[in-house]
Amino acid sequence: MTAIDPTAHLTSEQIEELGRELDAIRDEVIAGRGEKDAAYIRKVIAAQRKLELVSRGVLLFSIFPPAWLLGTAGLSVAKIMDNMEIGHNILHGQWDWMRDPKIHSTTWEWDHVSPSEQWKHSHNELHHTYTNVIGKDNDLGYGIMRVDEDQKWHPFHLGQPLWNFLNACFFEYGIAAYDLELGKNLHKRRRKTPEFRARAKAVGRKIRKQVLKDYVIHPLLSGPSFLPTLAATFTANLVRNLWTHSVIMCGHFPEGVQVFERRSIEGETRGQWYLRQMMGSANISGSKAMHFMTGNLSHQIEHHLFPDLPSNRYAEVAVKVRALFEKYELEYVTGPLPKQVFSAWHKVFRLALPNKETKAGAPDHGKELVAA
Amino acid sequence: MVTTPLLPSDYLDLVSPLRAGADLCGRIEAVHPETGDAATVVIRPGRGWRGHTAGQYVRIGVDVDGVRLWRAYSLTSPTHRRDGRVTITVKAIPDGKVSNHLVRRVKPGTLVQLDHPTGDFVLPQARPAKVFYLTAGSGITPVMGMLRDSELDDVVMVHCAPRPQDVIFRNELHDLVAEKKLRLIEVHTDTDGMLDIARLDELVPDWAERETWACGPAGLLDAAEGHWTGHGVQERLHTERFRPGIVVAGDGGEVTFSASGKTVAADGATPLLDIGEEAGVLMPSGCRMGICFGCVTPLKAGAVRDLRTGGITEAEPGVLIQTCVSAAAGPCDIER
Repeated sequence: MTAIDPTAHLTSEQIEELGRELDAIRDEVIAGRGEKDAAYIRKVIAAQRKLELVSRGVLLFSIFPPAWLLGTAGLSVAKIMDNMEIGHNILHGQWDWMRDPKIHSTTWEWDHVSPSEQWKHSHNELHHTYTNVIGKDNDLGYGIMRVDEDQKWHPFHLGQPLWNFLNACFFEYGIAAYDLELGKNLHKRRRKTPEFRARAKAVGRKIRKQVLKDYVIHPLLSGPSFLPTLAATFTANLVRNLWTHSVIMCGHFPEGVQVFERRSIEGETRGQWYLRQMMGSANISGSKAMHFMTGNLSHQIEHHLFPDLPSNRYAEVAVKVRALFEKYELEYVTGPLPKQVFSAWHKVFRLALPNKETKAGAPDHGKELVAA
Repeated sequence: MVTTPLLPSDYLDLVSPLRAGADLCGRIEAVHPETGDAATVVIRPGRGWRGHTAGQYVRIGVDVDGVRLWRAYSLTSPTHRRDGRVTITVKAIPDGKVSNHLVRRVKPGTLVQLDHPTGDFVLPQARPAKVFYLTAGSGITPVMGMLRDSELDDVVMVHCAPRPQDVIFRNELHDLVAEKKLRLIEVHTDTDGMLDIARLDELVPDWAERETWACGPAGLLDAAEGHWTGHGVQERLHTERFRPGIVVAGDGGEVTFSASGKTVAADGATPLLDIGEEAGVLMPSGCRMGICFGCVTPLKAGAVRDLRTGGITEAEPGVLIQTCVSAAAGPCDIER
């Protein structure tokens, strides 16, 4: 938490006006949604499916190194597309307005070990409602890391660079465990509740299917290419995990992003909620291809303001949102991927150690950032 | 297992959406104008199509401005068409999203979703000796399906339309008249005025002896039902009503939670989620501010207002609403 509240210069009237201006941006996009947007998501889904089919086809011959490389690269990209631009965004309800039961948040299932239903609860509901509120938004460090000076240090945190690296490699499993609130539920008593058991069973089922597909059936179909195909699918999953973990770290962890105290969101107004999303998120700058491969989560700030607007619209929304940041003299945290990833990792390392002594008389941390 | 979490059909749909076993859909192959505001749409249905009976209608799902909308249209093609195509004939109604799209904008090649044909506005197995068709406007479409499908010995038709050029299928009807297969009485309401049902005695003196199929606006059908009942021959009258309920969007209304069988009054400002919870209905919920989509629930009837944008959503098959940011806009039915 920064010592100085970066929103202190705003009056509550200004914050509500900011909220109205953001609502107007949202309304404009909603009124303009149409055929082009629908064509966009259908095109992306079709492209993803074709790419996956072709890549898996090529991997049947992955005993030949060029086929292995090509198929692995294609499958990695297909998996990233499935999780990011398609899965994440559909599960947010961004495409529900099309009323197509096949592209709908209530029916979509993704190539991921966490079942859609559980992920929607922990992500859409908890993370997006309580963005960056310590103790409420477990996305802050996923319960295994300390990501802010104000969080109590524990010797366990010394290992957090390692935990974070492992989490990155097996990110989809990390997310599944996180959606299950595994840490909290490991106590014997909790483990036995029927509700938890049902959810754990659903995850188990999903993992079994995913593992069977990637590590048994497709390698078997490849016959003599069994081992290379196995290695290829493992690599594609690893690449996808490292990539999505990096993108997601950039959303809320880089330096300059604010976190909030539980108390600060009591009685929060719409304007204050918007402001918290603005100060609690960070973007990644880059090319169109970059935005696409991050599922437009490179526009994390815009996504957090309007989680249900179609992802293909975030780029145009970003221009208007950025103008509002300037108008209200707020810091728009953004930067190229390597810089943001470095910044986030730097924080992980720094906070693995206890805070340096605060000097006597230094101002207390700015705790009531938004609800001032 | 090979394609989890998708199904093999998700991939097959990319190349062959009309194949057997796919969700039923069809491809629009041509659109022929019939009048200034009506057109016949030629559809090649998918392999799963089970065929229809003359007079039946089909529900079709069309994407208009990216949004899938479902409407029912009578099939106007005969059942034994050799090429397997079917046709619907659509009249563009003012502000009609789907009808205007189909009549004026849709391009051949477009895929549409289909349901299997249904409806009991059909001829009986034993063909009646004397038949009377009473139609108005686009009410002629199911009857045209019947006329094209089976030849009958003694058929009289009274058809109402504003002007001669508004009579859908006019040339074909006149051909049938020339071939003496049909006796046709056109009522042009712009010049003749609305059809007074009492005039039937003069237009079709033996109307009461005829097995009658009537289709058109509610006013005509109400009058016909009264007339036939008044003469004690209501069992000879078969009617088909288009657009049975018209939603009137208001402010608040009676909310029915149909799965739990509860009905409560709601104002126009309280989210339906709160209304349901207060009534003791188990409602799915999430962020309670419209962002997580954890509360979406089918809207079976009526209309709701989005409390953020003021936009109205009307019930249609497949319409789900976010109960945490929607309020009743008139009476509505929520599937909870």
